[in-house]
Amino acid sequence: MSEAGFLELTGIESAYGSTAVLKSIDLSVRHGEFVALLGSSGCGKTTLLRAIAGFVTPTAGTIRVGGYDVTQQPPDKRGMALMFQSYALWPHMTVADNIGYGLKLRGVSRAERAQKVAAMQALLGLEGLGERKPANLSGGQRQRVALGRALVIDPEILLLDEPLSNLDARIRLSVRHELRALQQRLGITAIHVTHDREEAMVMADRIVILDAGQIAQQGSPEEVYNKPASAFVAAFMGAENLLTLQGSVEGDRLVIAPGPANALGSVPLASRPLVSGAIEARFRPEAAQLFPVDAIPTLGPGMTFRGLVRSVSYPGGVWRHVVQLGDREVLADSLQAFAAGDQVALHVPAPSLFLFNSDANRIR
Amino acid sequence: MSSTLRSSLSTLWWVPRGLIFGLMAFFIFGPLFNLLLWTVAEKWYFPHTLPLQYGFSAWERVFAPRGGALDSLRNSLVVAVLTVAVSLALAVPAGYALARLKLPFRSLILLAFLIPQAFPNLTVYVNVARIFYEIRLNGTIPGVVLVHVSHGLVYAVWIATAAFSAIDVELEQAARSMGAGALRAFFDVSLPLAAPGLMASAIFVFLESLDEFTGSYFVGAPDVNMLPLLLYTAGSGGNYQTASITALLLLVPSLFFMLIVERFLKADVLSRVGR
Repeated sequence: MSEAGFLELTGIESAYGSTAVLKSIDLSVRHGEFVALLGSSGCGKTTLLRAIAGFVTPTAGTIRVGGYDVTQQPPDKRGMALMFQSYALWPHMTVADNIGYGLKLRGVSRAERAQKVAAMQALLGLEGLGERKPANLSGGQRQRVALGRALVIDPEILLLDEPLSNLDARIRLSVRHELRALQQRLGITAIHVTHDREEAMVMADRIVILDAGQIAQQGSPEEVYNKPASAFVAAFMGAENLLTLQGSVEGDRLVIAPGPANALGSVPLASRPLVSGAIEARFRPEAAQLFPVDAIPTLGPGMTFRGLVRSVSYPGGVWRHVVQLGDREVLADSLQAFAAGDQVALHVPAPSLFLFNSDANRIR
Repeated sequence: MSSTLRSSLSTLWWVPRGLIFGLMAFFIFGPLFNLLLWTVAEKWYFPHTLPLQYGFSAWERVFAPRGGALDSLRNSLVVAVLTVAVSLALAVPAGYALARLKLPFRSLILLAFLIPQAFPNLTVYVNVARIFYEIRLNGTIPGVVLVHVSHGLVYAVWIATAAFSAIDVELEQAARSMGAGALRAFFDVSLPLAAPGLMASAIFVFLESLDEFTGSYFVGAPDVNMLPLLLYTAGSGGNYQTASITALLLLVPSLFFMLIVERFLKADVLSRVGR
């Protein structure tokens, strides 16, 4: 990015007591961009969001919005709106009062306020609920009131703290797309905190994966999904199957030594920064291909392992097999079911096989 | 066979229960009934179970200009209202700070409000009276109010702290995020949400003030006479009619407010009192 971002974080650090929660976070967000902060609980993603919102004062670093340093500004002077995971609707106010509160603070006249609140209610499908109290709404309705309250003040930056995690699984799927469409239509810059990988993939322009207070990787959904920069990111993005291999770099190929489940093989290095030694190989269950050992077709570049099917289940669409490879067990999907006890060949194509040097970036 | 035995046993079980409830009702309503009878008794002496003659002459005496009851009632009400006002003015900021800020020795501060109750009242108020006499607060309404505030602050602060702690911080943060300053967020969100708890604490302080005797006696009397003092004088003088009427005057607001408190104080606030 050549131009400076609309929201610019430099060297943000935060500590809770003596524990560092955020370690030197640099992040640049363009105007109108939808950025997802993704990470498991305790990775610092919520702290980072609250630091941006102004509820946590970072111990070091600066936060700039449109070139202005807002690091020391109180939350109400930052032109941002935070939508809370709990929705934080005021129980003593009606839906209309909740949505219109920000306008009231800005001195908008009663008539204009009523008109804007009505428009927001229409936009979010909350017509006719204006006089209700939040206690008399369903979870999905509350979520939309909280969103409407944040959107009606036309914030420069919309901050979303796991806004979908309290919704039913079914509603959640449709709300993802609604929220994304709304953000694009209104052209708002949005920062979305979530621990749900799929949610981040579906909604965001850019995913920022946080691990132990640091940015592990950031990039478009395809990038972080297909080119994880570390074993942690690979595992977090669903490549949970783990094999330990011995490899040596020879030219532009990584030659993999024979192991308990594999013969000598090699894969193209393809700009992976690997050195010879112990290799951590990760792949997704759906990336694996299973074949009967006596009928292995000709395969492209990749690694083929031999193993024993331990169990089979049907989660839907494909059959999921637990396959024992040497002393490890991995999951592998296949359209064709194998029986427990079958000897199988398990092939992982080179692009789907994520390889990392074992000592670097160990998964925690 | 066994079912009929069980049903007869459960019927039998009502006997001790009925006895216990009956006794409880007797212990609560017996004295109250006696008190009511005394307020309308003209003539009642041993060994008669009920008054020999009924009438309202005691009421006339108590509420006659010379009876002093109206004066005492007015004093008591003025002092109670002022005590509530001063206590809340102190308890709202104090309770908010104790609930929200990470204060060192927080529980110690909360405990400190109990100190006026921790020592024998007489010792405390005799000394208070001496000091107030020197600074000319003795025998004045502000003097009595101060004494009552020191007494009522423990309820006011403890309940206010509990009421504010029961409010989710995110509700305030949401207001800040919408553009409200700290003070505005407090008045728009925290205060209305804490209002039921604060109302309850106000009622407690009001009732405490109405009831308080020792401090009122040492600091107020003889210039500022209060209802409990009137009750004491009448009671010790053997004038049961006047005593009963005064007691009734004290009892009515108590009962009325207790009903309100019961509606206002919700479990989520009560569970945080003293924490």
